[in-house]
Amino acid sequence: MGMNERETQSGAQVAKVTPEFEAQAEDLISRYPVSRRSATLPLLHLWQNTFGSIDDSGVEWIAARVGVGPVQVVEVITFYPWFRRKSAGRTIIRVCRTLSCALAGSHDIKEKFCQAVGVDPHSHSHGFGAPPPTAPDGEFSVEFVECLACCGSAPVALINDDLHERIQPEDVPAIVKKYQS
Amino acid sequence: MTDSTFSMPAPHPKERRLIFENISKPGYDTSLETYLRHGGYESLKKALGMKPGEIVDAVKAANLRGRGGAGFPCGMKWSFIKYDDGKPHYLVVNGDESEPGTFKDRYILHHDPHQLIEGVVISAFATNCHLSYIYIRCEFPHAAKIVWKAIQEARAAGFVGKNILGSGFDLDIYVHQGAAAYICGEETGLLESLEGKRAYPRIKPPYFPAVLGLYMQPTIVNNVETLCHVKHILRLGSEEYAKMGTPGDGGTRTLCVSGDVARPGFYELPVGAVTLGELIFDLCGGLRPGRKLKAVIPGGSSAKVLRAGEKFKIKAKGPDGAMTEKEIDMLDVVMDAASLAAVGTMVGSGGVIVMDDTRNMVQVLNNLNQFYAHESCGQCTPCREGSLWMSKITTRILDGGGVEKDPATLKNVADNIAGRTICAFGEACSWPTQSFLTKFPEEFSAASAKLLN
Ligand SMILES: Cc1cc2nc3c(=O)[nH]c(=O)nc-3n(C[C@H](O)[C@H](O)[C@H](O)COP(=O)(O)O)c2cc1C
Ligand code: FES
Repeated sequence: MGMNERETQSGAQVAKVTPEFEAQAEDLISRYPVSRRSATLPLLHLWQNTFGSIDDSGVEWIAARVGVGPVQVVEVITFYPWFRRKSAGRTIIRVCRTLSCALAGSHDIKEKFCQAVGVDPHSHSHGFGAPPPTAPDGEFSVEFVECLACCGSAPVALINDDLHERIQPEDVPAIVKKYQS
Repeated sequence: MTDSTFSMPAPHPKERRLIFENISKPGYDTSLETYLRHGGYESLKKALGMKPGEIVDAVKAANLRGRGGAGFPCGMKWSFIKYDDGKPHYLVVNGDESEPGTFKDRYILHHDPHQLIEGVVISAFATNCHLSYIYIRCEFPHAAKIVWKAIQEARAAGFVGKNILGSGFDLDIYVHQGAAAYICGEETGLLESLEGKRAYPRIKPPYFPAVLGLYMQPTIVNNVETLCHVKHILRLGSEEYAKMGTPGDGGTRTLCVSGDVARPGFYELPVGAVTLGELIFDLCGGLRPGRKLKAVIPGGSSAKVLRAGEKFKIKAKGPDGAMTEKEIDMLDVVMDAASLAAVGTMVGSGGVIVMDDTRNMVQVLNNLNQFYAHESCGQCTPCREGSLWMSKITTRILDGGGVEKDPATLKNVADNIAGRTICAFGEACSWPTQSFLTKFPEEFSAASAKLLN
């Protein structure tokens, strides 16, 4: 799905929920036999992974499924840094900012990633559902995140689903290349 | 799938690996078949032949303490749950692993999921739980898939699900993914998150998980590593397990070392087997060439920092059994809960962060302050405002705008957070500031004195 399509999600696009998506959602809900509301986070993950971000139609769809008002879904989205209301880049580079990685040079690594993919190194997400800083072409987002629990092989970054460890500044271009389409 | 492959050297001779015994073996994979070939689910078979109360007693006798940070005796926690009170009980596994400096659960979740599942089934059987959730931080996307697949394999083989191995005991286990908030590691915040809400910790009393936990029912929350130990207690017997450790703190503990050492990584050691000096200089190969030790945070970022060369007076039992006071160097502090508590810090989550003489302590504290300011859930005013305030002050000092009273202001803010919040995040965020100011006063005053008031 192209960037523009995701950016222009609107309530009218609820129709994008396919039978397959529906089945995945039902499967997730069934894992919480005591309370459907517990499926809120799993459904937010599913929606974001499928459609890139959680727009109003997603909020309403999930709220109806788990039996709460839309505001209770929005307050969850705005609490957790992982969730976003607008799309991010196709590849998200999350560099660890915390102490062991900082000691190993993560600030430099993050700047190198920003330069390599065209993200302003001084911009950062202001939270509350905002997407991470994204390059103008929509290919990459780069952000600092807190300790990724891999401090023994600092500095580390999570790129999409994959962990990269002991990143040296000179490794950055080759890593970026792997994710370029 | 890519996950951490570093930090897994062959065990050091001082190590005794129970939890990490197989993980570091070449060719050891996450399949059920591999697990069974390595003696997997034998402890479960043993457990199902015991009375649940006997398992709780065995865990008590083993002196197993929680490995998540607070170090609470595990058997005692379990005995807060009345086996047949007629209420549903839940077992929740804390796999949020997010205390900076800690990286042990990640290896268990990614490389040995069945070890955890076996521990979960035994523990649930002992406490009459029939529904269990494994809460895994979403930054471990592969782990969530690996553990879920392992649960399904275990179910197909009769180790999970209805009538486990013909015992009549039923247990469903599911994986629940977090969404990048540190506070979900705090057990009551975790439960709120599992209920589909913001992870605002609950006040204790009355909301002790064992009384009013998940869905307001009796709930046990244990760390990933803690539950893995249960399997080894049954395998080895409580006595042998307890013997490995110190009185009141049995078995092995995984210490994760990061920062300025030659060989960072995890080290699984009998509790109390090494001093801080042995850990850094023998196991981790010391500092990098030409560098000297400056500071160590011994138990996750929240633990109070130790300064190289610092001396402590501790009480020790002499050869004649009489208690005497002796002076020890920080390098001689034994890496167990009691010894670290005796010198004013903690073993916490086992995350040891080492800093050498090139490091600026104001920068280090500022890094931690930014972490806490970002992660405060915002529920309690002292923590929400105070953590941000401390972070702003240390940032301003680093930017060259420090004023003479900054150290005093920092201390004042920190002192007014600890003890005034719903959960222990308040302590966690004030201890770094309090201890860095006490241990490295000259760096803070020098950095703050650049401008006149
Ligand atoms: C701010 C905060 C963060 C915590 N983070 C974690 C964590 O990431 N993992 C964990 O196992 N315990 C964490 N804990 C400790 C848990 O609240 C709880 O004590 C633990 O999961 C109990 O398990 P155990 O008895 O097996 O250690 C945290 C506590 C606090 C106050
Ligand atoms: S500090 Fe970066 S992974 Fe822990």
